[in-house]
Amino acid sequence: MKPTGRPGRWLIILPPLIFLLVFFLIPFAFAFKISFAETAARVPPFTDVISFTREHHLQLTLTLGNYRYLLTDQVYGVAYLYSLRTAFFSTLICLALGYPMAYAIARSPQSAQGLLLLIIMLPFWTSFLLRVYALEGIIRDTGFLNTALLYLGLISHPLRIMRTSLAVYLGIIYSYLPFMVLPLFATLEKLDPTLLEAAADLGSTPRRAFLDITLPLSLPGVIAGSMLVFIPAVGEFVIPSLLGGPNNLMIGRVLWDEFFGNHDWPVASAVAIAFLLLLAGPIAIYQYYNVRQLEA
Amino acid sequence: MTERRSSAALLSVLFFGIALLYLPILVLIGYSFNASPLVNVWGGFSTTWYGQLLHNRQLLRAALLSLEVAVTASSGAVVLGTLAATALVRFARFPGRLLLTGMVNAPLVMPEIITGITQLLLFVSMMQLLSWPHRGFTTIVLSHVTFCTAYVTITVQSRLAGADRALEEAAQDLGASPARAFLEITLPIISPAILSSWLLCFTLSLDDLVISSFVAGPGASTLPMVIYSKVKLGVSPDINALASLIVCAVGVCIIAAGYLMARSDRRRALEVQLAGR
Repeated sequence: MKPTGRPGRWLIILPPLIFLLVFFLIPFAFAFKISFAETAARVPPFTDVISFTREHHLQLTLTLGNYRYLLTDQVYGVAYLYSLRTAFFSTLICLALGYPMAYAIARSPQSAQGLLLLIIMLPFWTSFLLRVYALEGIIRDTGFLNTALLYLGLISHPLRIMRTSLAVYLGIIYSYLPFMVLPLFATLEKLDPTLLEAAADLGSTPRRAFLDITLPLSLPGVIAGSMLVFIPAVGEFVIPSLLGGPNNLMIGRVLWDEFFGNHDWPVASAVAIAFLLLLAGPIAIYQYYNVRQLEA
Repeated sequence: MTERRSSAALLSVLFFGIALLYLPILVLIGYSFNASPLVNVWGGFSTTWYGQLLHNRQLLRAALLSLEVAVTASSGAVVLGTLAATALVRFARFPGRLLLTGMVNAPLVMPEIITGITQLLLFVSMMQLLSWPHRGFTTIVLSHVTFCTAYVTITVQSRLAGADRALEEAAQDLGASPARAFLEITLPIISPAILSSWLLCFTLSLDDLVISSFVAGPGASTLPMVIYSKVKLGVSPDINALASLIVCAVGVCIIAAGYLMARSDRRRALEVQLAGR
């Protein structure tokens, strides 16, 4: 195919480009616009930002009140920080658990790799909501874990895990672990084993060879996996809502309540825009490594 | 990194991780056969809760809506995603290439709650300007197509990048038009990837709670929305049964998708081997 200058190729490019432009990118512009509106008792529940006066002049009615509200009401700052902290530590734990898992799969015989990957993939695609619900069955006061520990006589009172930060951490690690393992495996699998042999021949200990060769070469996988866990975890709603307590206010939950509880669409838009700005850095890092990996 | 033995420590972490991933689901399936309505007391084996599901009209209606959405959305996403993958793999340079790359990758990491709220605002504004779309089936499908397209593009893109261009070029040398050569030679090669990404989209769509809750509007409730509102009230035995059914159905879909991909890989490897002889 000689694509240059062929008009037919626009038939291939334009449908997905236009669709994603309209339904993925342009919505952010609307959210941005509405974040400057005020709530109003009408349908939809906000004032017009862009309107025309009687003389057909374009009129912009902007209010920065929603953003000022975000800065003054402590709930938002606390929720942002709590979300970032929870996502950060969950990502670290996922990395600590996922790296050895990916490494073990990469070093297992090729015939077993496919099966092991499928085993890791399966929960990754299985209903997220139902897996969080299933976890509740394990960790609630009368759940599987407490019943088992009480039966074994290891504890005398049920452990209180539900509605605590620990439950939120467990939920995120349990739900996002496959997101960490898959990109790590992808980079570890490509690693040339002769490099490690050469290092061993030159007198390097296995630990040294791991630190000097394996770890640096798997760094793109570490970053991709960490971003795949960190970014959605910051915005997690289902996990803090079902497993967390009233103190585990993550930003996703605040956004949900603002929207469905208070029906304050402009403030919810402002929260979303502020949230997006917060995530712009990590998303850019993820895109950069992803594109580089695809082109390598 | 193949054919090397892993240390016992590595393998034990691997199995610990796998156990962590599967234990809750296995326990859930176990509970779903519990005769006792008290979720923490084992009252003997029973399939009562499965039977009760058939009489729950609200659940059945929601399940039907979810299935319709999933079939429509994954079919739409497969078309758009295959086009996007073709554009990204075959056309090295075109205006908007970077934009398209960004737009197929960003939905994979974008927190659902942001996608949901921004899309709702779009639909509401469109309704004001164009009197379309009414919130409900249409808006749920449109939003599901958006994130599913991203998954299809990534899956098909990697398969298409690995497909041998020589066959298609040979067909063109023999007089086939580029479109015909693509449809007759390359499309069959990437069809397992297309089929498996359809199945993956189907499960993703069936599972989506957050985005659907925003864009669905007051009238429509998908299955995850009904499940969420029930679960929010506490653990209930019929949800255990429903969850077990869904988990098993999705599991079968994923294993089928994995099998299709693996089989076509093997067949291709065999063909390469035969051709090399």
